[in-house]
Amino acid sequence: MTITLERHKKPPFWSARNLSYQAYRLKNRPEIIIGVLSLGFLGFVVLVPLFQIIREALTFQRYDLAYQRDGVIGSLTLLHLDRVFNQPISQALFYKPLMNSLKIGFAVTLIAVIVGSSLAWLMVRTNIYFKGTFGAMLVFPYMMPSWVGALAWLTLFKNDRIGGSGGMLTYITGVEVPDWVAYGFLPITFTLAMHYYAYAYLLISGALATVDSELEEAGATCGMGKWKRIRMITIPLLLPALGSAVVLTFIRILGTFGTPALLGLPVRFFTFSTQIYASINARNQGDAYVLALVLIFLAITFIWINSRIIGVRKSYVTMTGKGFRKRESDLGLWRWPLTLLIIVFLLITVLLPMVLLLWESMTLIPGNYSFSNLTTYFWAGKGNVALAYGEPGVIYNKGILDALGNSIKLGFAAALFNGALGLLVGYAVVRGRGARLARWLEGIAFAPYIFPSIALGAIYIGMFSTNIGPIPALYGTFSILVLITVIKNLPFTSRTGIAAMLQIHQSLEETARVQGIGWFRRMFRIIVPLSMSGLVAGMLLTFITAMRELSLIILLISPGNMVLTGVIFGYQEQDMAQHSAAVTLMLVVIIITISVIVRLMSRRVGVGRLSAV
Amino acid sequence: MGQIRLSGIVKSYGKEVVVKNLDLAVRPGEFLTILGPSGCGKTTTLRMIAGLEEPDEGDIMLGERTVFSRSKGVVLPPEVRGLGLIFQSYALWPHMTVAKNITLALKEQRLSKVEIAERLEIALKQVQLTGYAERYPSELSGGQQQRVAVARLIALRPSYLLMDEPLSNLDAKLRTEMRASLKRLHRDLKATTVYVTHDQIEALTLSDRVIIMNKGRIMQEGTPYDIYHHPANLFVAEFIGDPGINLFSGTVANGALDCGDVTIPLPEALAARGGEMVAAIRPEKILVSDQPKDGWQEVKTEILQPTGADTILQVRAGETPITLLQPGFLTLDEGSSRWISFAPEALSFFDKKSQDNLREIA
Repeated sequence: MTITLERHKKPPFWSARNLSYQAYRLKNRPEIIIGVLSLGFLGFVVLVPLFQIIREALTFQRYDLAYQRDGVIGSLTLLHLDRVFNQPISQALFYKPLMNSLKIGFAVTLIAVIVGSSLAWLMVRTNIYFKGTFGAMLVFPYMMPSWVGALAWLTLFKNDRIGGSGGMLTYITGVEVPDWVAYGFLPITFTLAMHYYAYAYLLISGALATVDSELEEAGATCGMGKWKRIRMITIPLLLPALGSAVVLTFIRILGTFGTPALLGLPVRFFTFSTQIYASINARNQGDAYVLALVLIFLAITFIWINSRIIGVRKSYVTMTGKGFRKRESDLGLWRWPLTLLIIVFLLITVLLPMVLLLWESMTLIPGNYSFSNLTTYFWAGKGNVALAYGEPGVIYNKGILDALGNSIKLGFAAALFNGALGLLVGYAVVRGRGARLARWLEGIAFAPYIFPSIALGAIYIGMFSTNIGPIPALYGTFSILVLITVIKNLPFTSRTGIAAMLQIHQSLEETARVQGIGWFRRMFRIIVPLSMSGLVAGMLLTFITAMRELSLIILLISPGNMVLTGVIFGYQEQDMAQHSAAVTLMLVVIIITISVIVRLMSRRVGVGRLSAV
Repeated sequence: MGQIRLSGIVKSYGKEVVVKNLDLAVRPGEFLTILGPSGCGKTTTLRMIAGLEEPDEGDIMLGERTVFSRSKGVVLPPEVRGLGLIFQSYALWPHMTVAKNITLALKEQRLSKVEIAERLEIALKQVQLTGYAERYPSELSGGQQQRVAVARLIALRPSYLLMDEPLSNLDAKLRTEMRASLKRLHRDLKATTVYVTHDQIEALTLSDRVIIMNKGRIMQEGTPYDIYHHPANLFVAEFIGDPGINLFSGTVANGALDCGDVTIPLPEALAARGGEMVAAIRPEKILVSDQPKDGWQEVKTEILQPTGADTILQVRAGETPITLLQPGFLTLDEGSSRWISFAPEALSFFDKKSQDNLREIA
């Protein structure tokens, strides 16, 4: 017995035998290699930039010489913190934008979650009419850029404050629209809410669909009334989903740039995101980084509070895989009125903005909304010095068409890389389940979530404005747009990847291993085809997000890597409303067309066969 | 074809040790079954042979080749071990046709097209699935899917065959059918086979040799006959046999085992040993009479379970429940008396403390 034990004693770690053993092991476990590589890459693109901006926020920079002539560049300083938190200028720089952002954040989240969950309940749990059509239409705002509503709002309510013309309302009634209606808190809150309800709706209807109606019926047999059942059973069961809907919506709103820029800047109404933008434009990066860090801190705090309150009870197993029933409650007399209400709601949130933008793009003289003033110049004009600084219409405009090409390229590149990265991260996490490496990887893939879009953009300016080792300065290149889009979407795609990988039973790959099939072939012949349907859906969403993104990349675009959203924002800044409306419409049409095509395609490619197994 | 040899294998997940210093040798061409309750370490052992898990310590040899050795620093990946493995879930690739499922590994080996086509045809013919080559797995029944998994191995011709509860997803009737086809597979491939199951019938019907595992250790190793008739310890005695073995726990007194309601005759050597022990006898080995006989124990029938060919009788001697198995379809009145006797050669005795069979001592 002692002899056996002697023979099998473990050799010391650094011995040649053990090292060869460890090398063999590593070769046998591709998930570890992939995991380490992904972890390294993600650490580099997520954590390094974070440290970078913390460092820059806390050290004296060249541009600070303007404020303090005797400063030593690179020395540790509290200058930026002082300016942001503790100087007369802090009111304008920090406290006011903070209050504005929080006010908007709370108001929009409240409205979006109430509207979103009411719609979710009507759609999932009642016998409302036209469910199919409504279902497709309700997520429509989610596909559009969040600031489409803001553009439409301007068309309707703009006043001549910025020197331009008035909006449609002024034209029709002759009444000058007051600033508080045209700009600032009210319109920002309203237009953002009309976009983000779709987000809350998607999250909550997904959760609602997994709550077994029998649980509610069990309440009914205990003599609970309808409202009591909703209050005592449905809402508590949905609480985790509601909680994350609230937090995720809130974080997104904190980081959103387009709407507050369009509707806030004309009246110098700053939010956190627009203040970061302004600071960077004023070459005070240090201030911008401190603001970005505060934003990240806020986001983390809200996630933490959410997980504190709800996280503990996260594990309601409402999905059992057993008999599962969804019962629709009968709306009775309310069926038609509520259906009509949804129709009106959709007309206002979906159709109206599109009509307004179309009209705006076809008005010859800005501010004149009569039929006689309609023109196709901004679509098909070849350039006329008297109009819009001689900018040609959309289809002859090289700047726009180049940006369109870039946008589509960005969408495809981001979708492709995200798909690949999601697959690899999913593979490494699922195959390495339980190991520390897998947990770290899962954690770091989630990290971009806590960076509000505008803050991540600020981080990337800081990081990629100079060479880092072999990597050239990426600022101003197309690659940096792809990189940041991929990173920002990673939390979502890695989840998709993990979910897709969990559905592929381990034995399907193991049986191939045992039969002598190597890793690459296993990947391409088995793993990829089997996870395709999930991946395609994830990639489509990345594509749409990339096409419509503004907050994330506003700080990173330059004439060299211009995309459509940047073009739109540029036109808007120059008060060329017809052009921005035309390009926005084009963008929306492209996004919708492509998503419809992908959906049709993935339906045709034997996804049905896969799901049958 | 060659031996499979495991020595000094230890495997733990975190703090839980699932395989404890396991030594095991499978002879070339042998059909060995590892039998045990769930969580006993049998599947882990099989996966370590396949290379899908790494032992913490020990050596594994396939034929003359060391495929794993912690002390020599060798781990060969599953891809090069030349094994065939059947999973409980069949593990057919749902997005490939039957033909692709069977030939994917052959293409990896760079076999010629003619050879691949030939092997495919033979394999399909042997599992009687000729004509199903272009079907998808979802279009086949459970039994047919199982046969595709078998065909995949036939085409691959591995020298070592591993099976991980391959029949547990099938219904009872199909199981009997598939047992026969797995036995045929083993015979045709002449492969050294390790079969893992928790089902004793599969173990007893299929194997040349059976290993019974519990809590990461081997409890007994032997032919199905040995395992059934000469269990090495109480665990094996209780685990094997359906209906289960009768156990009587008692103390040696007056040259016999006094178990309260029942007194069991003891061999001399054991009577001399004294102390507490457990007597065991299979239900079908208990002699039964419907007339009182001298020295036989009277029992009252409680419950009858005729299964067709046999009848299981639950009876009581005083308060002690006893199970009997009688041939034929019996119909008796519940509560009627029977008389039973224990033939000395059918009895096994176990030490109450160590739970080991006391035959060696006797």
